[in-house]
Amino acid sequence: MKQRISIVENILSANDQMANNNQNIFNEAGIFAINIMASPGAGKTTFIIKTLESLQGRLRIGVIEGDLATSIDAEIVAAAGLPAVQINTGGNCHLDAVMVSNALPALPLEKLDLILVENVGNLVCPASFKLGTHMNILIASIPEGDDKPYKYPGMYRGVEALIISKIDLLPYVPFNMDYFRRGVEILNPNITTFPVSAKTGEGMDAWADWLVEKIKGNS
Amino acid sequence: MHELAITQNILDISLRFAQKSEAKQINYINIIIGELSSMVDDSIQFYWETIAKGTIAEKAIINFQRIPAELICNDCGFSFELSTETFNCPKCNSHKVKIFRGDELMIESIEVE
Repeated sequence: MKQRISIVENILSANDQMANNNQNIFNEAGIFAINIMASPGAGKTTFIIKTLESLQGRLRIGVIEGDLATSIDAEIVAAAGLPAVQINTGGNCHLDAVMVSNALPALPLEKLDLILVENVGNLVCPASFKLGTHMNILIASIPEGDDKPYKYPGMYRGVEALIISKIDLLPYVPFNMDYFRRGVEILNPNITTFPVSAKTGEGMDAWADWLVEKIKGNS
Repeated sequence: MHELAITQNILDISLRFAQKSEAKQINYINIIIGELSSMVDDSIQFYWETIAKGTIAEKAIINFQRIPAELICNDCGFSFELSTETFNCPKCNSHKVKIFRGDELMIESIEVE
C-alpha cells in the first residue's frame, strides 16, 4: 500500500543532538566554549594566540584546532604553553559535533574556563553544523573584500560576534566599511562587531573585555 | 563536500520513519532546502547512489523543493528575493529590510509502499 509519511525533521537533527551533549559536558565542567569560523587565511590562529595573550591570568583556556590534515596550528598554540588538541578532518570541509566530542577527552576539562574551537577555514559548510559551543563567532579580514556578507549570507546568519580583522590594512586595500556593515546588519541585526588588528593589537582589549563579561554573565 | 554528511542524515531519518510504518520500499523523499542553507542538490543525488545502496531507499527519487531567500522591507512592506549585489529594497531603496525565509533544511515527507 502506497502512503505518504509526513516527517518535517531538520536534516541535521542527529548532529544537533550530539551538539547538545557537548554543551552539557561543557556546562558540567563550568566551561564556556566558542566556535571560531572564517575563510582560510583570515587570521584565525593568530587571532586565537592574541586572544590568549589578552586573557592571560584572567581565564584558563584550552584550544581545539580543526584542520584538513596538518597539526601546524595546534603546534603553534601548544608552543604558547596551552592545552591544545588537533582534529584532522581528513579532507572534510567542516567540524561537526562528533569530532568535537571525540576531542574533548584530550583536554583537562576540570582545569579550564574557556575552550576556543578553531573550525576549518571555509565560509560555507561550518555554518550548518552546530558543535555545542555557547557562541559562534566569525572573523572577516579586510583583504577578503567588503562583499562577503552578500556572497556568503548563510555564514553571517548564525554568529553572535563578528571580528573584522587586519584593520591595519584598511589604508592599502579598497574596502567600503559602510557597504560591508550594511550587509552584515541586515543578515544579523543583533551581531556585535569588533574591528581588530591582531598584528598591532588594536581592538584586542575591547574584544577580550567583552568576552570576559559575556562568560561571567553565562555562569 | 558537506553534502556527504547531509546525504547520510537524509538516509538515516528516512529509514527510521519507513521502518516505523513497516514500509518495504521508499519511493520518494521530499526535501525542503532554503537558499541560505548552502546545499547543492546535484551532489546529494550523486552521493545517494553509493550511500543508499542495499537499503529499502536504494531506488528512492529525491525531490528538492528549493525555497529562495526572501526579504521584507520594514519601511514600505515590499517583499523580494535576495540578490547578491545589494540587500536594499528594490522598490524604495531602504536598507531597513529583514530576511524571513531561506534558512530551511528539512525532510518534509517520504512516500513509501
